[in-house]
Amino acid sequence: MVKVTYVAADGTRTEVDAAVGSNVMQTALDNDVDGIVGECGGAMMCATCHCYVDEGWTEATGTRRDGEDDMLDCAADEVKPVSRLSCQIKLTEELDGLVVHLPEEQV
Amino acid sequence: MRDVVIIGAGQGGLQAAMSLRQDGFEGTITLIGAEPGLPYQRPPLSKAYLKSGDAGALQLRPESFFESKQITLVEGTWVDSIDREARRVHAADRVFSYDHLILATGTRNLRPPIPGAELALDLRTREDAARLRAALDRPMRCAVIGGGFIGLEFAAVARALGHEVTVAEAAPRLMARAVSPETSARFLAMHRDMGTRVHLGDPVCEVREDGISLASGTRIEADLVLMAAGVIPNTELATAAGLAVDNGVVVDAQLLTTDPAISVLGDCAVFPDPATGRPVRLESVQAATDHARLISKRLTGKADAPYAAVPWFWSDQADCKLQIAGLAGAGDCSVTREDGATFRFAGERLSAVETVNDARTHMQSRKRLAGAPVLRSALEAAGFDMAGV
Repeated sequence: MVKVTYVAADGTRTEVDAAVGSNVMQTALDNDVDGIVGECGGAMMCATCHCYVDEGWTEATGTRRDGEDDMLDCAADEVKPVSRLSCQIKLTEELDGLVVHLPEEQV
Repeated sequence: MRDVVIIGAGQGGLQAAMSLRQDGFEGTITLIGAEPGLPYQRPPLSKAYLKSGDAGALQLRPESFFESKQITLVEGTWVDSIDREARRVHAADRVFSYDHLILATGTRNLRPPIPGAELALDLRTREDAARLRAALDRPMRCAVIGGGFIGLEFAAVARALGHEVTVAEAAPRLMARAVSPETSARFLAMHRDMGTRVHLGDPVCEVREDGISLASGTRIEADLVLMAAGVIPNTELATAAGLAVDNGVVVDAQLLTTDPAISVLGDCAVFPDPATGRPVRLESVQAATDHARLISKRLTGKADAPYAAVPWFWSDQADCKLQIAGLAGAGDCSVTREDGATFRFAGERLSAVETVNDARTHMQSRKRLAGAPVLRSALEAAGFDMAGV
């Protein structure tokens, strides 16, 4: 298990235990974290699991995957350099303690 | 408005419940589902789940979500009738009163009247998919009836696992209802390259214990037969309640039936296509969830604009991710770009864009199709670059 912290747009922090091998989107849904929709179930068909990786974690989460840029172009909220689709951030031991910030809008 | 009842706990029904809470609805929400268990996603059943068997990834929301959002989930329950006058829904010995009713009853698999059809397996529910996965545990000869999305997604997974696969399609090309002849041809070549046998224009006339027979007389030996011949909308409740039904429950651009207390969403709804005004019924997660959001906005008084979302679809077959933006009519012509992206036109108007492993063009198309009509002449002038129109 690793810890992931979701920071809502209003600053509310939710820390959850996540399974290694899961992803940041699925973990949010499984733990009833508001602010992530994940409409296509991680099929990279929408941008409703948009998140901002905390500045301290961008190296560990790596760069965007193929096609992620194109999907993010359709995100409902502002896209920043730290923007990712949370379904594409797979959880590994190295990401224990990961912090992601959630946008105000997903749809 | 105090009580909302939603019949159908698929992705669309659940989205309606979630959107109502997001939009500030404070009354009761009762979500009635025919299948047992928590609502789950269907698209991965013929894709990732069939490969991985990860049932946990199918779940849409955990049990705690229903408690925290005060959504009453009534699972494993068939609704028997709707009493419009009394505004009540009857399910066995239970009665649910509503101020507004949302029908999200979806579809069920079509079982063509072929002798032996009952021997064929389905791929629609979590249970169906688990059964198929278990069957693929040992080497199998698979015969797939129907060369649409579901049949071909299954074929691609089974073939990649090393099983023998034959697909029999009654129409002269694959996915004929959904894509252009060019895209059909591309996927036919891909499946044949994988070693899948594909029979076109040759309807199945019999299912046997040891395989299937085609109209041409061809016999295909198989240990497992999958019926993937399309779906029919679940409209019986609506018909019995006296609502208009024509290939689905008919609604207006607000997704409202002629009864102002009943809305319909998703695969069972026939609504005016925003691009043409023609009545359409879509089988897609996108339509179901976008319908749900519109209904919620209307019920909570947040918006009352007509439904205008651009349809989109996807299918994962082997390494090919097919993405479709927009909605083409059966007779729409097509132009294929050098890289395989196919543009479909209803007369002069761009109706749909089909791409394979090209998220950029797909997303550009989705955005652009949401605006003013794109004309063929403009696209030609831009060298079929969506960014240029």
